[in-house]
Amino acid sequence: MDKSGKAYWQATLGLLTKILIIWFLVSFGAGILFAPMLNNFHLGGYPLGFWFAHQGAMYVFIALIFYYKKKMGDIDRQFDVHEE
Amino acid sequence: MDLQTTIYLVVGATFALYIGIAMWARAGTTSEFYVAGGGVPPVLNGMATAADWMSAASFISMAGLISNMGYGGGLFLMGWTGGYVLLAMLLAPYLRKFGKFTVPQFIGDRYYSKSASTVAVLCLLVASLTYIIGQMTGVGVAFSRFLGVSSEVGIYVGMGIVFLYAVFGGMKGITYTQVAQYIVLILAYTIPAIFISFQLTGNPIPQLGLGSSIVGQDVSLLSKLDQVVTELGFGKYTTSTAGSTLNMFVYTFSLMIGTAGLPHVIMRFFTVPTVAAARSSAGWALVFIAILYTTAPAVAAMAKTNLIRTITPGVIMSNADVYGKDSAIEYETRPDWMKRWEKTGLLKFQDKNGDGRIQYYNDKSKSEDFKKKAEEAGWKGNELEVNADIIVLANPEIALLPNWVIALVAAGGLAAALSTAAGLLMAISAAISHDLVKGVFAPDISEKGELLTGKIAMACSILVAGYLGLNPPGFAAGTVALAFGIAASSLFPAIMMGIFSKKMNREGAMAGMLSGLFVTLFYVFAHKGLFFIKGTDYLDLIGGANSFFGITPEAFGGVGAMVNFIVAFLVDKVTKEPPEHIQHLVESVRTPRGAKAVDGAH
Repeated sequence: MDKSGKAYWQATLGLLTKILIIWFLVSFGAGILFAPMLNNFHLGGYPLGFWFAHQGAMYVFIALIFYYKKKMGDIDRQFDVHEE
Repeated sequence: MDLQTTIYLVVGATFALYIGIAMWARAGTTSEFYVAGGGVPPVLNGMATAADWMSAASFISMAGLISNMGYGGGLFLMGWTGGYVLLAMLLAPYLRKFGKFTVPQFIGDRYYSKSASTVAVLCLLVASLTYIIGQMTGVGVAFSRFLGVSSEVGIYVGMGIVFLYAVFGGMKGITYTQVAQYIVLILAYTIPAIFISFQLTGNPIPQLGLGSSIVGQDVSLLSKLDQVVTELGFGKYTTSTAGSTLNMFVYTFSLMIGTAGLPHVIMRFFTVPTVAAARSSAGWALVFIAILYTTAPAVAAMAKTNLIRTITPGVIMSNADVYGKDSAIEYETRPDWMKRWEKTGLLKFQDKNGDGRIQYYNDKSKSEDFKKKAEEAGWKGNELEVNADIIVLANPEIALLPNWVIALVAAGGLAAALSTAAGLLMAISAAISHDLVKGVFAPDISEKGELLTGKIAMACSILVAGYLGLNPPGFAAGTVALAFGIAASSLFPAIMMGIFSKKMNREGAMAGMLSGLFVTLFYVFAHKGLFFIKGTDYLDLIGGANSFFGITPEAFGGVGAMVNFIVAFLVDKVTKEPPEHIQHLVESVRTPRGAKAVDGAH
């Protein structure tokens, strides 16, 4: 792989890592591991940990995919590997 | 108009619509049959993916299970949506760039081996067939209510319709039909939820209603529900986990990576025009899926509330005593919906204490305090059995909604089951006719012969799935979860390593897939019987149920995937690295430029 190819792949992996950390934190973190603790707080009638497991994580997932799509498009153009 | 006529009318009208669309968009060539010529725009593809994805398990079964499980049911919600993040980032764009139209084709080319592709076909078949068994269970429930017959007869009718439907269309027909099915199923799911949310909380948006107070009271719906179910001996709704925290963790993980490894979902991303479109298609699919998935927890909690409200009217809306003599309704005065569901055999009443009233509670509760109270109240065991799979379909009836809403839900349930069954059958038929017969056994088979082989494969799958669906290994959603575990443990790691590791070789991938599949099936069959045939389970051999750290068979795919990764890594280390041209292939898959439309040629 040439130099810019390597840098492109590094940039891609960096973005993926960042997104996967958030992905993990909202679902496995807030929705499962820390849910009992978060349940001490409330969001309207929702205990917060319950809310993450039954609602919140899903909203964040959607945002993550569109964020990924946008950032990935930027990286493609930066390294000039986007589709014509 | 009476209810039954309305149901026939609505279901009939939606069927006419799907068949009309399928005829209009009928596939002519093999490529069109499998991938719709690569020309479906992202939003529509997202909608079709959502319909394909949301099966009887999501539509009919999931909310019912959440209703029983409470907080722990969140594993379905997070698992089946979180997988899309993985799919969008780790697989979809790269597989689209790769430009072939089945998963075994990718495995075969990337691991430069027909044997690897054959192993992938095997994994795909096991996962997809298990999935269809779950669908058939759901189809049986939907048709039994719709035609007023037993659930067995419902399954036979469903088998016939699924077959006609899948053989007819092909992928292009299916894609456009699925857009229509998505619209039907999402309306069918949200409209009753809106009505019910408004009735119970005064807030028409179910996602907000679930976090609101009960109409005319100062207490939130969830804390009221927590209180009442605890009084009835069940676990507290907002905190009861599915087994241990570890099990919930692994279960969620298994569903997530299974989502990203299921061939019929991955196949959808071959049908978009560009790599960029593959990325946004996954996002759109998740938007359309989340409309249902964020409504489901509201449906679950509100159905539970309404069920208890039906049986003990005063307990929810005012503060009547759960244990009071007159709290429960008399069996003779039960509402019509109970009578209708009794006919299907999925709702049963047995007057154990002979007082003529319906006692509904958890008679397996371990709380001494609760047992004493139940005894004092003269309860002699739970008298009402409600199959979890009927909750969603019965929900609008329980809430006494108008007939057209009930009919719409029946149509929606059928749309969900049919669209997914069709998508799965496509994946099976493509794997057998394209990857196995054309790819390995008879490379010079004609295009017509290939299509025919595919259709025969579909017919056989329906028969097997229908037979096993008569004695399902669990509720629809539970059975489907097994399918995800199988996909998670076998296909996902191989595809992912094929993209993210240039050095992964064919020996590693094949050893990984086979060992992941084997340990998962070994554990699942120990609980559910060999090939899901009742009475052939061998729990003693593994030391009792859930003996591996309390992990349930549905969750075991997560462990299987880890085994897959580790075995693949170890075998890869001691065998030859892949040839130069394969490493270049991986590099080229990683950049979007130069993506061509799929052509299906080898």
